[in-house]
Amino acid sequence: MIDLQDVHKSFDGVEILKGITTRFFPGKTNLIIGQSGSGKTVLMKSLIGLHRINKGKILYDGRNLPRMRFKQLRNLRREMGMLFQGSALFDFMSVLENVMYPLEMFSSMTRKEMEDRARYCLGRVNLPERSFALHPSEISGGMQKRAAIARAIVLNPRYLFCDEPNSGLDPVSSLVIDRLIKSITEEYNITTIVNTHDMNSVMEIGDNIVFIKKGYATWQGSRQELFTSENQDLNEFIFASGLFKDLKKAHVVLHPELYPSSQTGAMPSDAV
Amino acid sequence: MFIRNFLATIGRYCLLMYRVFAVPDRWRMTLRQTLLEMENLGLNSLGIIIIISLFMGAIMTIQIKLDMDNPLLPAYTTGLATRDTLLLEFSSTIMCLILAGKVGSNIASEIGTMRITEQIDALEIMGVNSANYLIWPKIVAFVIMMPFMVIVSMTLGLLGGYAVGLSSDIITVAEYQEGIQFSFMSYYVFYSIVKSMVFGFIIASVSAYYGYYAYGGALDVGKASTNAVVNSSVFVLLSDIVLTNFMLA
Ligand SMILES: Nc1ncnc2c1ncn2[C@@H]1O[C@H](COP(=O)(O)OP(=O)(O)O)[C@@H](O)[C@H]1O
Ligand SMILES: [Mg+2]
Repeated sequence: MIDLQDVHKSFDGVEILKGITTRFFPGKTNLIIGQSGSGKTVLMKSLIGLHRINKGKILYDGRNLPRMRFKQLRNLRREMGMLFQGSALFDFMSVLENVMYPLEMFSSMTRKEMEDRARYCLGRVNLPERSFALHPSEISGGMQKRAAIARAIVLNPRYLFCDEPNSGLDPVSSLVIDRLIKSITEEYNITTIVNTHDMNSVMEIGDNIVFIKKGYATWQGSRQELFTSENQDLNEFIFASGLFKDLKKAHVVLHPELYPSSQTGAMPSDAV
Repeated sequence: MFIRNFLATIGRYCLLMYRVFAVPDRWRMTLRQTLLEMENLGLNSLGIIIIISLFMGAIMTIQIKLDMDNPLLPAYTTGLATRDTLLLEFSSTIMCLILAGKVGSNIASEIGTMRITEQIDALEIMGVNSANYLIWPKIVAFVIMMPFMVIVSMTLGLLGGYAVGLSSDIITVAEYQEGIQFSFMSYYVFYSIVKSMVFGFIIASVSAYYGYYAYGGALDVGKASTNAVVNSSVFVLLSDIVLTNFMLA
């Protein structure tokens, strides 16, 4: 479990996170949703300590990350895996070497054991054998994402972070990646946190959803609770998404009193 | 405001250098990387150094000879002036300014690209000191290669002047040879090498700084590499003044 208490982060005096308090649960896919530029990536990088936060606590099962010394942080990072938005595979290494890299850094395995483990993980994400020796630039975006997931899970992490796992992917590949993340999460009881602005993913894999707007976590709940939310910003976000047309009817039928504006057909104007 | 930004930049640069010069976690990999960088930053720059030094040596000889064609001046003047210009400034400072363009933009864009594609973040969460891992080999390799490049530049510059003597009647070979041997000070060579190593450090570290703190997209990597070249050139010139005062005065 990861507990955030009043997390603040600013860059050059501009406050991006203005006091986020929320909680992420093990064995669940926890989603951080919000518009582009709302600070999802900053929040995720603050969580893993890539950004130093200005104020607040980030408790990993009780251990406060911002207060950690370098050694402790390194030990904690051994329990983390991260899938970056652009995959961030090292382009000077082959796919297999990329996946072996965290093992080289953190484990005392022999080369053979490392290679076996890397091959197992690449198999787990259904990457074809023939791509193992290729360089990241030689495989497709979807395959890069899968290789990056394999790299993220190779150390058997307790915490898995995914920043927009299906950005730049076609709908089918997106669904495959989403399901892969969810099944890995449940299989290994990982505390998984996924950044997304894609409502399709939200409906597909969201167990615990945190909505970020203007630097605050303004809403938290489950997929089902999304339908009955009274948070106007969140509703605008949902309406403006691709699922808007399907959901609008359901909303209007189910909760006509909550959405007077959608009844008259007026759309929120500032949602993108 | 300007002063505050400047001090903040210097502070961040020093903090980065502090991280860069941590003891490498894994020497074998670091040394291998350093050898690769010696080839990439050093050997691959030899072409441009050879061409420029050869031509500048020849051009300097011709111009000095034409400007100083005065019977009152001794015959060795041209060779002497060419040699001292090469040894004192050209083969260290001017060559480093040229290398700042080539090597500086190379370093800044390579590290900047790794930054914006989040490869640096990926290294960090795998417990790697990315500053040390990426920047240490570049700085060390470039500084090690510097004396070698300076000597190549000096030699080729002198040969360029010699070629003028051989191929034209602007200056005779004997006159030129007398000039370049006249009151030779080996300290100048030492001075030039020391200077160039300092410049090499400045170019590699300043460029790495701009790449490492790039933020945004491909356009920002371009800006980072422009900043790297401009600022490392300025710092090379500033430190040239300081070093000249220090070592020659
Ligand atoms: N390293 C940084 N320096 C300055 N500003 C940043 C930095 N990282 C992010 N920001 C700013 O923080 C805001 C949120 O960005 P981000 O977290 O990337 O949004 P998203 O929700 O799309 O992931 C943006 O306005 C961005 O410009
Ligand atoms: Mg983002």
